[in-house]
Parts: sequence; structure tokens; C-alpha cells
Amino acid sequence: MIDFSVIISHLSLKNPVMTASGTFGYGEEFSDFVDLGQLGGIVVKAVSGDNRDGNAYPRMAETASGMLNSVGLQNKGVDYFIQEIYPVIKDFDTNVIVNVSGSTIEEYVAVAEKINELEKIPAIELNISCPNVKQGGMVFGTNPSLAIEVTSAVRKIYKKDLIVKLSPNVTSIQEMAKAVVDGGADIISLINTLLGIAIDADKRKPILSTITGGLSGPAIKPVALRMVWQVSKAVKVPVIGMGGIMNATDAIEFMLAGASAVQVGTANFIDPAVTIKIIDGIEAYCRLHKVGSVKELVGGLS
Amino acid sequence: MKEKKVLHDLFVTENIHLNKRHFILELKAPGLLPQFLPGQFVQVLVKDSPSTFLRRPFSIHAIDPIKNTFRLLIQIKGEGTRHLSFLREGEKVNVMYPLGNSFTLPSGKNVLLVGGGCGVAPLLFLAGWLKEQNVKVTMLTGWKRKADIFEKEAYQQCGDLLVTTEDGSEGETGMVTGHSIFKSVKSFDRIYCCGPDRMMKAIAHIATRKGVECEVSLENTMACGFGVCLCCITPTTHGNQRVCLEGPVFNTKELTW
Repeated sequence: MIDFSVIISHLSLKNPVMTASGTFGYGEEFSDFVDLGQLGGIVVKAVSGDNRDGNAYPRMAETASGMLNSVGLQNKGVDYFIQEIYPVIKDFDTNVIVNVSGSTIEEYVAVAEKINELEKIPAIELNISCPNVKQGGMVFGTNPSLAIEVTSAVRKIYKKDLIVKLSPNVTSIQEMAKAVVDGGADIISLINTLLGIAIDADKRKPILSTITGGLSGPAIKPVALRMVWQVSKAVKVPVIGMGGIMNATDAIEFMLAGASAVQVGTANFIDPAVTIKIIDGIEAYCRLHKVGSVKELVGGLS
Repeated sequence: MKEKKVLHDLFVTENIHLNKRHFILELKAPGLLPQFLPGQFVQVLVKDSPSTFLRRPFSIHAIDPIKNTFRLLIQIKGEGTRHLSFLREGEKVNVMYPLGNSFTLPSGKNVLLVGGGCGVAPLLFLAGWLKEQNVKVTMLTGWKRKADIFEKEAYQQCGDLLVTTEDGSEGETGMVTGHSIFKSVKSFDRIYCCGPDRMMKAIAHIATRKGVECEVSLENTMACGFGVCLCCITPTTHGNQRVCLEGPVFNTKELTW
């Protein structure tokens, strides 16, 4: 019997496969395709303090082996989440983790405080790839002192497992990882999207309404793997890896690089049942390589 | 009750090239197909195309419940559609369906369908469906020239066919928006429209000015196609709505283009 279970801080996952925020809605939308009870966990769409309409269309551009998005964190705000969405998703037979976004430290704290009260949410994932409107739009996750500040402000009031999701658009991912651990992060997840642009050569215009957007998909996997590898050597907290995972082999690569669990994102758009295929593929790998417990794979590069 | 969305490998039963840029793909499911409604679409996975990544959305063009097949009308726009144009009978293609909402029945019995380019794709299905409900259909389609016009007989079976060509080689000269039918547009209970954005916006303005109900089918670019990624949104009177889920069909009164 292969042991697929994973313990990350206080989180108990039945297997290492989770879904990434912004790619799986709130879980419900996938019910035609996936039995959510089979997943290690789902990270739901970012929740902000107030309703956010998000950016103007066009919000996406297909790129080589990936896509750019500038959705702009569209969501109806934390109060709507608590009243309308939480009652529907709280009893899913998997870890339901809430991604928290904000444009000010106060907003992150306000949202985290409210989610803290939700009994069935075992953890939050802090999305620090948001621009800080009080500091000219500087992204929290690209400035170590801002990253510490927002993490520790949330740490003060959030009592359960605090995951901080790192932005890759930095010079030293190790520095950012150490900063959020200093701020009190229990777990680090990475990477968020890479900043990029797509241009329509015929119209001579950028394709996205916001000009720049976040790159995801297989194109970013080598960068994501490198960062997971660097971070897992730099800090002692467990790491959740993501970035272009399309199949079980990709997932295992992230684990070998140092990730205790993985998140599958963009791949869900192409095959909504990909997470199940990945779980099955990890099992096949373990049988082939006589791996008794997936924990053996974590940081298992020789 | 919304039909469950599925992912299946379908068989190509026909690939009919209408001209250099348009072809019809007829697909057959292994099991029974759901009851598609006009306006709905499917998401097709393009295999072996190194430069494409996401699925491609196409409106249902026609259905054959007896053969258990449906047809897609596809315009070759880039690598993805070019790859699909090479599909041969018997080959498999992975499709997600049924997606989106559908056109609705008018309150009256006299309607005008307006299509431009591959916007005509969902309108043939719509025309046949309306005719079955005893609605009188007038179809207006716009083309560049006479040689481009395809499926004339199919449209004529559903109702009156009017045509515009930019070079005047058939029907009235110019764009659909300039057709003389719009002088008496108030005689229609509803307008249904699908085509390039600027064409739909122009038709929507005419409809609003003349007080005629109008439904359009939008073609925003999509990533997932089933309501999760929030990339395909269009602004409406009640916030951003997903073209793949709350659409692609919208009443023009709701749109704040």
C-alpha cells in the first residue's frame, strides 16, 4: 500500500495534489468533471476586502506553451464569500484553503481576520503579488520589508496555517522566502505568474487591456522548479510548488526539487480532470519506482 | 436543468471545405449527444500543434439527432484552426460540451437574423430551430463578394435569405448594416445577430433606436470556456458577465459595450 498522505505544518492532505487559486473557481464549477474528495486540497479564488470588478477585457492572450492573464482579482469581496460561497463549499471532503488578496496591509488583515472565524477553513494563502496602493503600487511580494510587514500583520491575527504565495518577479527568491518566514509564514507556495506582454503585430497594439499580465503554463516550469529548489534550500518551512504542471511527471519534478505538495493551475483549463490524472500518474510512478511513501520524493534529488 | 458538461473523444464523420478559409467539421459522439440549443458552443482541443495551447471555442452550426452528430463551421484564422482543417474522417478529436447559454424564443412570430463572417455559424442552427417553432425567419448575411457565399440552400430552407456583398456582385452593395430591410425593421419582433463586434454594436444601436428586441452572440477570447478563469468577461448592467457561462448570448439591453 503506497502512502500518498502529506503533512504540511498542521495541514493533513490525502495526497500532494492541490489546485491553484484562480484556476478552479470555488470548486463547485468543476463538479461535472472532478470528485473534489479525491484532491489533497483546493485553493479558492482570491478574496479581497471589497467587491472588485477586475480589469477590462481583453484579459488574456495565448502564448507559446502558456498564456498571459490580467484578470485583476475579480471577486465579490469577503462578506459575500462568507455569506454565499462558504456555506456551499465548507463541507467538501478536501482541504479548502482561501487565497487572500489586498491593496493595503489593513485590507489583508481585515480579510484574514474574517476568514480566521470560519471553522472549516484550515489555512489561508496570502497572495502578496498585489500592488500596494499606499506605496505607489509597489508589489508587496517584490519588496522584502513590505513582505515581512504584511506577513507579520496577518500573522498577529490569523491563528491557523499561514501560507504565503511568492511572486517570482524578484531578483532573489531566497531573500523573499526568508522575509516571509521571518514574518511568520508557516508554509511557502510558489510561483505566482511571471510578468509578460503579448503584442498583436497586425494591429500594432498590446493584446491585454492592461498591457502587462501574468504568464502561466508549461513555459514557466523551469523557472518555477529552480525557485522551488532554491527556496527549499534556503528555509526550513514546507514548500508547495506550482508553475506549469500539466502531468504527474511535472508534479514529481516539483517534489524532487523540494516541494511537499503541488498546485495545478492553468492545466485545468485544458483538461478539467487533469488533477485526477496527475494523482493516478503519481501512483503509477510510485509503483514503478517502488516508492512506499510520496514523502520520500520530497527533496529527493540525488 | 443544465446538461452536465463532458469531455469526450469524438469521431470526425465529415470535413467539408467550403472555400479556402472555411470548412465544416461533422463530429459523432460515442454515446448519445445532449440536447444542444442554438447559441451553445464547444471547446475543441487541437492536438499536435506546437504553437497552440488552449482549446478553441466554436458555436454549434447544426445538429442531426438521428445520426447523433453535430457540425461546426470553422474559419481558418491561425495555427489552431489550420490544424483542425486537416482532420480526416475517422480521426478523433477531444471536445468539451455543451457550453454556454442559448438564444431564446421571441414573443412574436417574425424575426430577422443578421450574420457576418463566421458569425453565421450559430445562426443556421438558430434559423432551423425557430422554423420548427413556427417562427418566420428572415436571414441577412454579409459577404465580401458573391464567390464567398456558402450554404445558400441551407439558409433558404429556413426562411427568406437576403445578402449584401461589399463589391455588389450579389444582393445589395455594402455592409449588412446598410441593407434596405432596416427601413422596415420595426416589423420584426426580434433581431438575432452574430458577427464581428463592430457589426453587432451597429445592429444593436439600430435595434435600440427602433425599439426592437435584440439578442447577440459574443465571441470574446476564452481560456477555459466553462466559467472558471474569468478571462472572457463582458461588462453588463449587472457587472462583468462570463461570455462562456452567462453568455455567449446576451440581450443587447444588458450590454454596456
